[in-house]
Amino acid sequence: MTSLPKSTGKKLGLVIDLDTCVGCQACATSCKEWNTGGYSAPLTDLDPYGPDPHGPWLNRVHSYEAGVGAEGCTVHFPRSCLHCEEPDCVTVCPTGASYKRAEDGIVLVNPETCIGCKLCSWACPYGAREYDESSGVMKKCTLCIDRIYNQNLEPEDRLPACVRACPTGARHFGDIGDPESDVSRLVSDRGGYDLLPEFGYRPVNKYLPPRGRSAAKDTASARAISNAAPLTQSSTADLFFRWADRVLSR
Amino acid sequence: MHPAYSVILFTTASGAGYGLLIWLALLGAAGLVAPERGLGAIGFGLALALITVGLLASTFHLGHPERAWRAFSQWRSSWLSREGVMAVVTYAPAGLAAIGWVAFETAGGLWAVAAWAAIACALLTVYCTGMIYASLRTIPQWHQPLVTPLYLVLGLMTGALLTNALLHAFGTPLAGFSWLVIALLLVGLALKGAYWRAIAHAAPSYNAEDATGLGRFGKVRPLDPPHTQPNYVQREMGYHVARKHAQKLQKMAVLLGFLAPLMCTALTFAPSVELGMSAAIAAVLIAGAGMVLERWLFFAQAQHLVTLYYGAETA
Ligand code: SF4
Ligand code: SF4
Repeated sequence: MTSLPKSTGKKLGLVIDLDTCVGCQACATSCKEWNTGGYSAPLTDLDPYGPDPHGPWLNRVHSYEAGVGAEGCTVHFPRSCLHCEEPDCVTVCPTGASYKRAEDGIVLVNPETCIGCKLCSWACPYGAREYDESSGVMKKCTLCIDRIYNQNLEPEDRLPACVRACPTGARHFGDIGDPESDVSRLVSDRGGYDLLPEFGYRPVNKYLPPRGRSAAKDTASARAISNAAPLTQSSTADLFFRWADRVLSR
Repeated sequence: MHPAYSVILFTTASGAGYGLLIWLALLGAAGLVAPERGLGAIGFGLALALITVGLLASTFHLGHPERAWRAFSQWRSSWLSREGVMAVVTYAPAGLAAIGWVAFETAGGLWAVAAWAAIACALLTVYCTGMIYASLRTIPQWHQPLVTPLYLVLGLMTGALLTNALLHAFGTPLAGFSWLVIALLLVGLALKGAYWRAIAHAAPSYNAEDATGLGRFGKVRPLDPPHTQPNYVQREMGYHVARKHAQKLQKMAVLLGFLAPLMCTALTFAPSVELGMSAAIAAVLIAGAGMVLERWLFFAQAQHLVTLYYGAETA
């Protein structure tokens, strides 16, 4: 049924730290690897070795530049389904294939009943749904439902593949509806935000903003000052240790 | 938005088909045209053929046409589902009205009830088509109050052009109907003009800074895309026609879709039967080309919000 549930028991989702993401694409490739054999398998690429390789990916990592000069920064920006609370991608579906689960809030497409009309992808402002030409159905992030509840996996592996793969710990998974959860704390501590909040789909996934360059600059100049201070009354011993430190830390 | 030819064909053909159905049923039920067998067979046949071709074209556009029946299930929330349901429902009264004309050469009594039901169903179907687009908030050029009225008016307009050509071809022209066609062409032109003005002057709703939430650092611009070749989202939703190009095509759509058919329809008042008939038929053909262009522009001028993640500054 493509009507939305009134409320969901949990609000499972991801919290993505734009400060620590290094844009290595580990989450995206790990997602593709798991999901090409998972719930919405396969994720076939067309023309994979030719001039125009393309196919569905459920997670894509963009890189943006924001601002200029000392205030500017480069931000790696992973983008996948945000498992919104009130998304039209569910309600526009004519078949009921696109639905939001009442128990945990995960937004899914049933590959057995999807007719491939693509309307749901038109209704998503975040570009999270990708049509699979080879199987004729819509594909999207499943939040790895086939991992997070999978009793055959070790408990530490019962996480979305992208979260498990991230080498910098920039991706966090949990119940964002529970204010006491680790992810909710992270969101409130770090000022986690919604993408396009005014649009009104109420995304569950949150983004943690990059820490400002000015903060980094302040610590850098503070360090420079504290390093420079002893120079004025440095003894021979100080100079020797400093030289030794430099040599040893090469 | 990528202008898919199947969808352009579907919306223009079925719009004209429903329009033709509406006017024939109305003229018959109101007793303005005699429900004569030949006109009924060709008229209703053409209407139902256009509708069916349109529906089939939209089915070809699906990834799984064999599952199309599932699309009738979600009418509670989905305009696409409602359209599917209404399209199928319309066949019943339309078929009955057609049988009245063709088999019994009558359009009165219960046959008239079927005709009025067909008119209501056809209007609702086209309304649903319009709402599929107008309800998409992700595409500001479609989420406009004029979009659904335009689908209705352009359907009625192209249907009326077809009806007029048939009336002339069967030697039963109605001067009043030619006036109606002219009025519909003028209303269509005014609405389309207002729509083009509205989308040209609308302030963009969002920018790349809103989409990424990175505006706090300054202007946001893409550095590296997530892939080497365009993905589905870009192929499907990244299509955008340049403004200059669009303006030229708009002028052409106005000429073909409205002005030339207006002149042709004016010629149908000529006393010569042959001239009247050829002018009415020419009006249909030229307007058809204009409508395809108009529908192509409807897609090509629509900018999806997702383009903000792929380099568009505003949307
Ligand atoms: S991100 Fe897009 S696909 Fe995912 S729930 Fe929101 S609107 Fe739907
Ligand atoms: S593409 Fe599939 S999931 Fe999406 S709206 Fe169409 S039928 Fe529903």
